[in-house]
Amino acid sequence: MRAPSIETVKRIDHVGIFAAVSDVKRAIGQASLAGTLGWQDVKQRYRRSKLGPFWLTISMAVLIGTIGLVFGSIFQASMAEFLPFLALGIILWTFVASVINEGCIEFVNAESVIKQLPLPWFLHCLRVIWRNLIILAHNMVIVPILFLVFLKPVSPVVFLAIPGLALATLSLAWIVLLVGIVCTRYRDLAQIVASILQIAFYLTPIIWMPSLLSGRASTLFLDSNPFYHLLEIVRAPILGYTPSLLNWGVCLAMAAIGWSLTIFMFGRYRDRMSYWL
Amino acid sequence: MALINFDSVSVDFPIYNSSGRSLKKRLLQVATGGRLSQDASGVVVVRALDQLTFRIQDGERVALIGHNGAGKTTLLRALSGVYAPTGGFVQVQGEIGSLIDISLGIDPETSGRENIYIRGRLLGMSKEEIRAKTPEIIEFSELGDFIEMPVRTYSTGMHMRLAFTISTTLRPEILLMDEWLSVGDENFKHKAEARMADLVQATNILVIATHSPELVMHTCTRAIWLEHGKVRMDDTPKAVCQAYFGYVPSPSLPTAPAPLSG
Repeated sequence: MRAPSIETVKRIDHVGIFAAVSDVKRAIGQASLAGTLGWQDVKQRYRRSKLGPFWLTISMAVLIGTIGLVFGSIFQASMAEFLPFLALGIILWTFVASVINEGCIEFVNAESVIKQLPLPWFLHCLRVIWRNLIILAHNMVIVPILFLVFLKPVSPVVFLAIPGLALATLSLAWIVLLVGIVCTRYRDLAQIVASILQIAFYLTPIIWMPSLLSGRASTLFLDSNPFYHLLEIVRAPILGYTPSLLNWGVCLAMAAIGWSLTIFMFGRYRDRMSYWL
Repeated sequence: MALINFDSVSVDFPIYNSSGRSLKKRLLQVATGGRLSQDASGVVVVRALDQLTFRIQDGERVALIGHNGAGKTTLLRALSGVYAPTGGFVQVQGEIGSLIDISLGIDPETSGRENIYIRGRLLGMSKEEIRAKTPEIIEFSELGDFIEMPVRTYSTGMHMRLAFTISTTLRPEILLMDEWLSVGDENFKHKAEARMADLVQATNILVIATHSPELVMHTCTRAIWLEHGKVRMDDTPKAVCQAYFGYVPSPSLPTAPAPLSG
């Protein structure tokens, strides 16, 4: 471990926020280390299989195919419309849900590292995000194949998905840090988070299309769901339509408010966290 | 210039039992008006370091001695910045390197070469530094072609040689150790001793927790005896050895410190 000189530490609250910001900055400075560790995690999972992470792609494709057939016929939707929508929804949701779920246990898992090397805490969050971005990239292979199969044209707004994914990831980053902090202190919270995500999966238009809802109550139902906006800013452009200003607005607001709150919490508890492990 | 300054530093550990870690129980406490909090909160505080004050100057090699649980490891962790003190003030000037668990971050499924890279990155080396040092590490650890094999195929000795060599590549200004490192067979042990001596020579401050009077006498210039998280005695190695172990071993051992299984 090579730590810079430290001049610590009497805990003064306003100093906490600076410490929190500097932790995040240092982690970003060491992003390539987080990248190395994230890659390592993915490689480790699939070390001795021939197909490697493409096993994920295959099981994802099977899942999408099955749900697509069942719900497609229940909803009597056109497959050309429903399957790409469903595929993108499930793939992106898997990304969002795994990042949050793994974020809950990341600090606990990294206990041995944390207790020895004063790496920035946020580095472990970056590792979770990077690992899941790699998996997301593997799963995304399914989408162009579906587009080809259904000869669905790609519209130029597809490029809006890139800033969309960046903003969604920015929001996920604070969620990962926040759940990491709280779940390190209260270990049963990880289960609660998992249950909430499970419910959110059904409340969010992933396996059902928003067009199935009608009336004013339905817009309210959709618009009050933050996960809907997070998915929509990435999914909509790929499917060929522009996300609404509301989608973008909610995501920007989430990032801003979430980060402020998280930095405050992080600053307050950062020094205590290694004692909780 | 390296410097360590502890000014009445305390470290208190909250000990959470299962109910102290449970949010549900915590909420129930709030709901019941805190009446139960005495029984249910389960947070017991253990004071691991109790108002420690000392100063370590450049060039000092300090031995930490004391019984298990006296606070040696906690003190090392407070030094490395893992534990922020709950009271008092810690000042550390100089780059810190710790050789507490040399196997940390070694992935058995990966090749030796990749492990050099990952462990090196964790220790704070840059890609270029690792690239430059890799041939030397392979050479010293005597792994030969095994370096391309997964670490799980290594013998314990090979594993330890690799971990040892990677970890002792750094030259920090302040070196923290939990017991002296001694690995490998007779042949490698001599090489390892020389490398350790070289490493200690290159650092400005050494702080080592140990149970070996020979090590204290041979390597250190000062010894701190911890008891219940307090400094019981802080003096020359000779004086502290006499008081703690009851005898002073000869400092002129041929191959120094305590043979420890690795």
